Amino acid sequence: MSRRPFTRRRFLGTTAAASAATIGFPYIRTSHAAGSLALGFWDHWVPGANDTLTKLCQDWGKKEKVDVKIDYITSQGNKNMLTITAESQARSGHDILAHPAWYALTYARQLEPLDDVMNPLIKQYGKVATAAEFLCKSGGKWIAVPAVTGTQVKPPCARLDLFKQHAGIDILSMYPVNKAPTKEADNWTWETMVVAAEKLKKAGSPIGLGIGQTTDSIDWVGAMFHSFGADLVDAKGHANVKTDAVKQVLDYSKRLVAAMPPDVFAWDDASNNKYLISGQGSMIMNPPSAYAVAKRDNPKVAAQCYTFEMPKGVKGRYAPFLPFLWALWGFSKNKSAGKSLLAHLLQRENVEKLVNASIGYDIPSFESMRDFKVWQQVEPPQGAVYHYPPRGTEEAWMACAPAPASIAQQMYTQSIMTKMIAKYTQGGEPMDKVLGWAASELEGYQRS
Amino acid sequence: MRRGGLRRLARRKSTVAFLLTLPLIVLIAALVIYPAFYSIYLSMLNKTLERLVGLDNFRFLFTRDTFWMVVKQSCIFAITAVLFKALIGFCVAHFVHNVPAKGQRKWRGMLLIPWVIPPAMSTLGWFWLFDPSYSAFNWLFVRIGLPAVTWLGDPLWARFSVILVNVWYGAPFFLIMYLAALKSVPEQLYEAAAIDGANWWQKIWYVTLPMMRNIIAITVLFSLIVTFANFDIVRILTAGGPIDQTHVFATWAFLQGIEGGDLALGASVSLFMFPILAVAAIFILRDINRRGNEAS
Repeated sequence: MSRRPFTRRRFLGTTAAASAATIGFPYIRTSHAAGSLALGFWDHWVPGANDTLTKLCQDWGKKEKVDVKIDYITSQGNKNMLTITAESQARSGHDILAHPAWYALTYARQLEPLDDVMNPLIKQYGKVATAAEFLCKSGGKWIAVPAVTGTQVKPPCARLDLFKQHAGIDILSMYPVNKAPTKEADNWTWETMVVAAEKLKKAGSPIGLGIGQTTDSIDWVGAMFHSFGADLVDAKGHANVKTDAVKQVLDYSKRLVAAMPPDVFAWDDASNNKYLISGQGSMIMNPPSAYAVAKRDNPKVAAQCYTFEMPKGVKGRYAPFLPFLWALWGFSKNKSAGKSLLAHLLQRENVEKLVNASIGYDIPSFESMRDFKVWQQVEPPQGAVYHYPPRGTEEAWMACAPAPASIAQQMYTQSIMTKMIAKYTQGGEPMDKVLGWAASELEGYQRS
Repeated sequence: MRRGGLRRLARRKSTVAFLLTLPLIVLIAALVIYPAFYSIYLSMLNKTLERLVGLDNFRFLFTRDTFWMVVKQSCIFAITAVLFKALIGFCVAHFVHNVPAKGQRKWRGMLLIPWVIPPAMSTLGWFWLFDPSYSAFNWLFVRIGLPAVTWLGDPLWARFSVILVNVWYGAPFFLIMYLAALKSVPEQLYEAAAIDGANWWQKIWYVTLPMMRNIIAITVLFSLIVTFANFDIVRILTAGGPIDQTHVFATWAFLQGIEGGDLALGASVSLFMFPILAVAAIFILRDINRRGNEAS
């Protein structure tokens, strides 16, 4: 059987001629095979989620005569980051690789622009979450597409019973089952949360939000800083550390830390899950994975766990967002096939299959796709994760944005915001010293 | 004529030795020398790896407070851990040495267990013992009326914890080396010392220690290198936290280079270990050579 390469000309020619329906299949299949594609996807936590992605890719491969090879790369021990770094150095490896949040921007120069994939999709499905666009675009060009698998937000997951009994807050009256938030949700602010946290601590069931150096901690703290208006670095790269907003968020954190367990500074991404599942904690901020494990390990607790929006601050309500991105290396030998596959995977019906396979864990970055049935179906309790995807009243926010990527990635990996809180609260350092330390760190991150 | 020359060459012992060691030399060149030079090259590139910047990365590091904190912590971590490993290894080696030969093998086997378990696995076990919320130690403490300890959440306790696990893991290596050294001390020396009226302490001080000096020096050097470059224990237990207070060179280099996407700076941090260890190696090996010369 003869083999014909999947050329750029072939990809462009067919996309131009095709209608909106052909976006997922932007070239005309011939009887010739079209080479191979090596894919490196994130290894999903949710059992079975990888299988759906494999099937989607293989079905596409069969149809388009492309030989598809898939590796699922775990983020345990940062193996995915090591793979990206190694492939970038070796300039060989997979064609498409899943990049965690900042990585696509870090390797932007080595990635293939994907405007011809994203622009038609945006025309078809509308706006992509601002935070995802921020991470996928470099120099005005799309250098990655927002992945479905692994993309998540980390809103509060709280115990309905404990909040009602000890804090006097009826979560369902703010966030009713499978319905849009009510007017009462306007009162769900950071101030309301800290007052509730103090009451819950007195009752022996404190809320537990990690202030360590892993993503769960950094993401919610990043969203909190932004909703206080405390962006440490602006989009142009200028540091804004010694501002009233930063001082306010640190003072607020002091009250919050006092109402939480003393070990939150050592929490990793598993600690908050264990804390909720044990029945001890009244609230954490996490994707529904903690709830899913509670359903298996402690169903009584799970039956009271309800996921809903983040508290509101003076600048708005922001959901801690942690996306994965799919990017195509510039050294790929089969770019057109890669682009075609990415467009295929981001078709609404395929996105829905992937979200269903993750039992609602994955969040589509296209805002028009946040109405899938799966978020209504997960229970008990009824509507347990209906309010998990941000839908207009809350915006997905990437911690450390809007700083330029090179600075933001350092801010994120060095977890500067959680360290500021730790220094000010646990370390007992004066405000000026903490702000001075942060300013000096940020100066270091600006190195080019 | 040519064949005869080749035969002569092959008959020379040095040629045979060289050929036999060639696979190892190639292996070392590929797996050690090339990566070492590559990391030196990386450390001289800018953040985006596009241009050579000479020693600018090192100059930048010298201006960072966190870097000096990491230097200090690495020294505290390595020196404290090696000191305790040597002390515990020395004491336990004596106990085992005095166990009758029949039961000694059992004890040696059991005491080596921490060293033969893959450290990533055993450290996970320790992590669960120190777990922020469900520490087994704290469970015990609370039951006997003591307050719970934030093992990994408080900077001082976190430092203590990483050193403790390193000592637990590394002490058996000292034990086995010292035990071998103890067995090679001629019994006549102790008999002579006993005739001269030496007590237990004097036998240790004037016979055992001088006879073990070289092995102690080499063991300390070897352990110092390994402990200085430790990654897994700190990474698994604290990931460098809280507030960077337990970072050592390897974990901070990983944070900068891999997680932070600044490969050049990460390489510079990891290379900074080299001069420190080289100085330590020169002093220790010079001392061993000097004693070797004195003995001959």
